[in-house]
Amino acid sequence: MNGFVRRPFGESVLIPAASVAVGLLLGAVIMLAGSYNPILAYGSLFSRAFGDLYNLGETIRQITPYIFTGLSVAFAFRSGLFNIGAEGQFIMGAVAAAAAGILLELPWYLHVPLALVAGALTGGLWGAIVGWLKAARGVHEVITTIMLNWIALHLANYIVRSALLEKGMARSRYLHESAWLSTPDLTGLFDNARIHYGILVALALSAVFRFLLWKTRLGFEFRAVGFNPDASEYAGINVKSAFVKAMFISGLFAGAGGACEVMGVFHYQTISSAFPGYGFMGIAVALIGQNSAVGVVLGAVLIGVLTYGASGMKFGAGVPEELIHVVIALVIFFVAASGIVEMAVQRFRNRNGVVQEHGDASGGR
Amino acid sequence: MLQAAAELVQTTIVFATALVFAMLGGLVSERSGVVNIALEGMMMAGAFTAAIVTHFLETGSGLGSAAPWIGFACAAVTGALFSLPHAVASIAFRADQVVSGVALNLLASGATIYVCKILLDGAAQTPTLKNVFAKWAVPLLSDIPYLGQALFIAYPTSYIAFLLVAVVWFVLYRTPAGLRLRSVGEHPEAADSLGIRVHRVRYAAVMISGALAAMGGATITLTTTSNFSHSTISGQGFIALAALIFGKWRPAAGMFAALFFGIASALKSVFQVHGITDSIPVEFIYMFPYILTVLVLAGFVGRAVAPAAAGKPYRKGER
Repeated sequence: MNGFVRRPFGESVLIPAASVAVGLLLGAVIMLAGSYNPILAYGSLFSRAFGDLYNLGETIRQITPYIFTGLSVAFAFRSGLFNIGAEGQFIMGAVAAAAAGILLELPWYLHVPLALVAGALTGGLWGAIVGWLKAARGVHEVITTIMLNWIALHLANYIVRSALLEKGMARSRYLHESAWLSTPDLTGLFDNARIHYGILVALALSAVFRFLLWKTRLGFEFRAVGFNPDASEYAGINVKSAFVKAMFISGLFAGAGGACEVMGVFHYQTISSAFPGYGFMGIAVALIGQNSAVGVVLGAVLIGVLTYGASGMKFGAGVPEELIHVVIALVIFFVAASGIVEMAVQRFRNRNGVVQEHGDASGGR
Repeated sequence: MLQAAAELVQTTIVFATALVFAMLGGLVSERSGVVNIALEGMMMAGAFTAAIVTHFLETGSGLGSAAPWIGFACAAVTGALFSLPHAVASIAFRADQVVSGVALNLLASGATIYVCKILLDGAAQTPTLKNVFAKWAVPLLSDIPYLGQALFIAYPTSYIAFLLVAVVWFVLYRTPAGLRLRSVGEHPEAADSLGIRVHRVRYAAVMISGALAAMGGATITLTTTSNFSHSTISGQGFIALAALIFGKWRPAAGMFAALFFGIASALKSVFQVHGITDSIPVEFIYMFPYILTVLVLAGFVGRAVAPAAAGKPYRKGER
């Protein structure tokens, strides 16, 4: 099904960079059509994102969850799996961390890691369900992850409402301060922006991502399965177990992101009928970052700056901030379509040189 | 008791109507081999178009009760056009159809509110419409006690939706066009070798899909909510996708799945009216369609198998 997932990933910067440029350019054209000034709009976007310490702190706050979900989606992609479920894994991680932070009372040096691990593990298990359903029952992960996102949304609401509720509010009680990932020192440094230590966790996990994928046997197996599950099976790799493990690890990243969000930013979990959207943006981040650790961090910075800075466009140039979603959607279209163009070039080259017969059309079976 | 049951059925049909439209949209696209997880976005485009067109017609032209009909038609056209990026990316450029669907959903959520704010001086939602669809009572049949109220007093869009189920079934299984569509979705190479233009069929299917899903979205603004905001479409497209799968990619079965899932929404609304949401965990009612779909896919409750070529781009001359 996912032709491009099995694409050998040259560390090409060209395609995502070109896609981002074209996306921003088309965004400018749309602004001109609405008789807005695109230069002023983009200018105010960037000055909102980087203008002062407070906004810089908030931009970093916005970037943080995108790194987690980007890593989650990218890790699954590397293993030949399409994880649309980072959204649900993120939510499950958040609610688990909230429960650990509210129901337990511990000193901070135990409470913080415990809540974080609870969130990551819950996200991981939520992902592992998908891997198991694919391995044992042959269900395509795209559909299960979509369904599990919605189940997670409502299950999290149920958990908050039945066990963690602040009376009279549509949210949980506050986490004990011993489980917070933010400190007055740090937020004070950024003029009380809601920046938190989750950014360090995110950067540490991107190092783990890189190490796991490229320096361990397990990572080699995942990548092999991602390239060609049939050949991997033939080479003695247990592909089914790799699916489950890969989805578990993918879910760990997203779950840790949810935990950091609740422990660092809000310190409570709201009852919500809509998705926060970090998981879906993680798909954009992974695509822009070409599924590499460094790429994901850069992609998250880009998406974080755009989405946080968007509100600046409104004040600076009168442009409705929703335009930035249009721009990001266009970027996704271009990366997806141009990835295929790149593959065509690759194939053309192969045809003239080494004969390489591979069936991306038969991959989904 | 019978009265309550009749009310429940009536409400169920209201909620199921939008799902039936979108489910049929997904069916046409996926049976032609193009995965469509963008039903949600297409519904959003339709819901917004219907609301904004009806709003401008009723304030500017004095069309009155004809306005929602024109809004409904405009929604269908917009839906067909809005689906084009998905069609071009996944058919011509062989992009991953799931990625392209995700992008279209994001595009819809951004573009609808962006255009709305431009057209309405910064308002993020349309004003409440004065002219929306009114329920029709079928003569004679609606006089049957209880049953009449349950089945034969409904919005015109509901009658259209259920009629379309029959139309889609007929076209799919009883006409050459339907055979072509299905063959392209099952085995495009074989279809191609018989002279069927695979890409052309898929383009048509995706655009019809967009039109149908958009009609589903329009139904929601023109019968249920009477306006469009960011939360008007929140998950209906994915429930329609679930209904499509639960109905195993078949029109009639998909319709029953949509009705079945419609009960979930109807129950919630009935509970709210009677103020008993506190004692029953509504979250489980919400989760129900999705859990069921996972179970069906896993083969615990029957087996659902997708069209063989769904999700695979087709390139002429490739084996």
